[in-house]
Amino acid sequence: MFSSLSERLQEIFRRLRGKGRLSEADVDAALREVRLAFLEADVNYLVVKDFIARVRARAVGKEILESLTPAQQVIKIVHEELTTIMGRAEAKLDRAAVPPSTVMLVGLQGSGKTTTAGKLGLYLRKQGRGVLLVAADLRRPAAVKQLQVLGEDIGLPVYVGTARDPVAVCREGVAEAGRRGLDYVLLDTAGRLHVDEELMAELEEIKAAVRPVEILLVADAMTGQDAVNVAKTFHERLGLTGAILTKLDSDTRGGAALSIRAVTGAPIKFAGVGEKLEQFEVFHPERIAARILGMGDVLSLIEQAQRTLDQKKARTVLTHLRRDEYTLEDFLTQLQEMRKMGPFDQLLAMLPGGMAKGLKGLRFDEKEFVHLEAIIRSMTPDERRRPQIIDGSRRRRIARGSGTTVQQVNRLLQQFEESKRLMRQLTEASRFGRGGRFPFGL
Amino acid sequence: MNIASPSTGWFARLRDGLRRTKEGILRPFEELLRRGKVDEEFFAELEAVLLQADVGPATTEKLLGRLKERVARERLVEAEVLKEALATEVLALFSSCRADLDLSARGVVYLVVGVNGVGKTTTAAKMAAHMRKEGIGVLLVAADTFRAAAIEQLETWGARLGVEVIRHGPGADPAAVAFDGLAAARARGYENVIVDTAGRLHTKANLLEELRKVRRVVEAGLDGRRLCSLLVLDATTGQNALHQAQVFREVVGTGAAVLTKLDGTAKGGVAIALVDRIGLPIALVGVGEGIEDLREFVPEEFVAALFGA
Ligand SMILES: Nc1nc2c(ncn2[C@@H]2O[C@H](COP(=O)(O)OP(=O)(O)OP(=O)(O)O)[C@@H](O)[C@H]2O)c(=O)[nH]1
Ligand SMILES: [Mg+2]
Repeated sequence: MFSSLSERLQEIFRRLRGKGRLSEADVDAALREVRLAFLEADVNYLVVKDFIARVRARAVGKEILESLTPAQQVIKIVHEELTTIMGRAEAKLDRAAVPPSTVMLVGLQGSGKTTTAGKLGLYLRKQGRGVLLVAADLRRPAAVKQLQVLGEDIGLPVYVGTARDPVAVCREGVAEAGRRGLDYVLLDTAGRLHVDEELMAELEEIKAAVRPVEILLVADAMTGQDAVNVAKTFHERLGLTGAILTKLDSDTRGGAALSIRAVTGAPIKFAGVGEKLEQFEVFHPERIAARILGMGDVLSLIEQAQRTLDQKKARTVLTHLRRDEYTLEDFLTQLQEMRKMGPFDQLLAMLPGGMAKGLKGLRFDEKEFVHLEAIIRSMTPDERRRPQIIDGSRRRRIARGSGTTVQQVNRLLQQFEESKRLMRQLTEASRFGRGGRFPFGL
Repeated sequence: MNIASPSTGWFARLRDGLRRTKEGILRPFEELLRRGKVDEEFFAELEAVLLQADVGPATTEKLLGRLKERVARERLVEAEVLKEALATEVLALFSSCRADLDLSARGVVYLVVGVNGVGKTTTAAKMAAHMRKEGIGVLLVAADTFRAAAIEQLETWGARLGVEVIRHGPGADPAAVAFDGLAAARARGYENVIVDTAGRLHTKANLLEELRKVRRVVEAGLDGRRLCSLLVLDATTGQNALHQAQVFREVVGTGAAVLTKLDGTAKGGVAIALVDRIGLPIALVGVGEGIEDLREFVPEEFVAALFGA
């Protein structure tokens, strides 16, 4: 029912690539599909309209008709326009000339500000910065307590004022950070509607009182058409310096990222990618653009793998893979490492469309993992190295030994083959990923 | 159930909300009507209106297709007539899929589920407040043991409302909390139970499995009560709401949805897509952060507010 945006674009572009030359009608046909895909991805209607018009203006005309590889030109233009909107470089967090640098987190109710305050705090602490969290959400029940619990978890101080007025709490919090000689002070403000006049005025007061270097809009990645209204209003009232996209670990196609960037011009600086506090990363605009175009976020995947994986083990697996000696031992090591990295579905979502599709049968959960491990442990070393020798009677023996069924053993062997195939693709993908080249030879 | 008072009816609030938006749905409609005549451009603009309300491309295309058929069949030319025809089409979608939910009913266990931050805890509190007012014995169960201070949040509401809250410590097994909640309801003779669960994305297999377990425990302890799983959706959400509905329905057998934050500028057009594509009806709407800001979803009012009838 729902085909992914990248799958759709790949399909469109595959058709385009099948032709030698492009007519105006071809371009329009392709752009109709692009438009539809973008709308399904929740990119704002007006942003899409503008985008399509710009691509069309560039695509229909000399550039395409006189080009020897017209299909590639269209893809290139779509990608370039996408990158133009999203921006190229990763945006850094600004610092004040005189510390502390004040960062204000603002946004709608439920967008994830408090959790993001904890995540950003942890991120800065890991870089050796001194951070103070300020609990300025005095509206939602237990919001202050929530930030206190998070602060305790990550070992950061939390300023809880005695004042009932959020402006005063922020002012005191910033002063407190100054006294303690800290680098950053993060203000967790209450969620509010952008049309709530009184509460928007309150944010303006806070801004005037503490002069933040950063005012970041915390926005839910699953936001629909309204993302433009929200971002525009917050930007007009406060002058946003950037945005943080939360819940990007959902299966949203993330059109809101494009919308927010398009209407405010402010860069998206970070992304929240999980409920754990360390699941927070610098936002890479060009990777999102590439992901939309069907390249998959291979670079992010590799980076995440590098951060969590046991490097030595990973290298061994890779070497085996290259020499075509990938064994069930390696498979087990990988499963163990993957379990450390987090939900498998999330990793899948980062892969290019076609690859993820082929892997849908490979999902596993914790319970299944225990079975997989038991099965592999019940094999002889020789069987693990050369799975092809595992015949019917060996399968029965392994099933008995691991307390599973022959079907489960069969499935594991299938998954092993799938995994081997994937690992090969992934090493190839990472090669063009590093070289900054596209799979379709741009 | 009657929780829509005329003065603060959500229809009025919703319409106010819509008026506030610069690109509100009313304005373009009014402009469309001023044009008076029905032509290709009229349909293009109508499409823009629907898409910007989060109705989604598939349902928008379907509605426009039906409208064009009627234009051809009945030779409609007046824009005003056409607007009514569109409202009728949307209402037809809603009436084929109505929510069967009565907040004033007794003997119901509500399981409140949804992704992070959509308004589950607030909705649970609003529902409990309504039941209290109706004189129904209600118990709240804090089965979000994951998010920091989630238990305290529900307890704060419970204390304000004078409603008992069953809780365990942070990190406890949510199924165990649900189990105790139902046992407490039995022992103390509460008629209704509302179980607040942790926000979880519909893409997390392990968290969905946890929810399945909560559902199983609740089903086993119903003791003659009826289970009603409610999916809370944020009106600001785009087409991803459809994925959420699909997955959660499979996991907890969701009977109806609650659409929150309709007091913002999001039009909530995804409600139309939900009935059209998933067959999930909206039962309640949230129109503010206050305890009273919960309304019954009335399709006629929603369509009227959306199309400015
Ligand atoms: N404006 C508005 N805000 C709402 C509405 N419903 C809930 N909220 C606000 O949305 C925020 C999140 O609500 P919660 O009830 O904590 O949401 P939740 O789904 O329980 O969140 P988690 O448990 O963290 O997943 C709070 O600030 C609520 O006050 C509504 O209808 N309108
Ligand atoms: Mg909650």
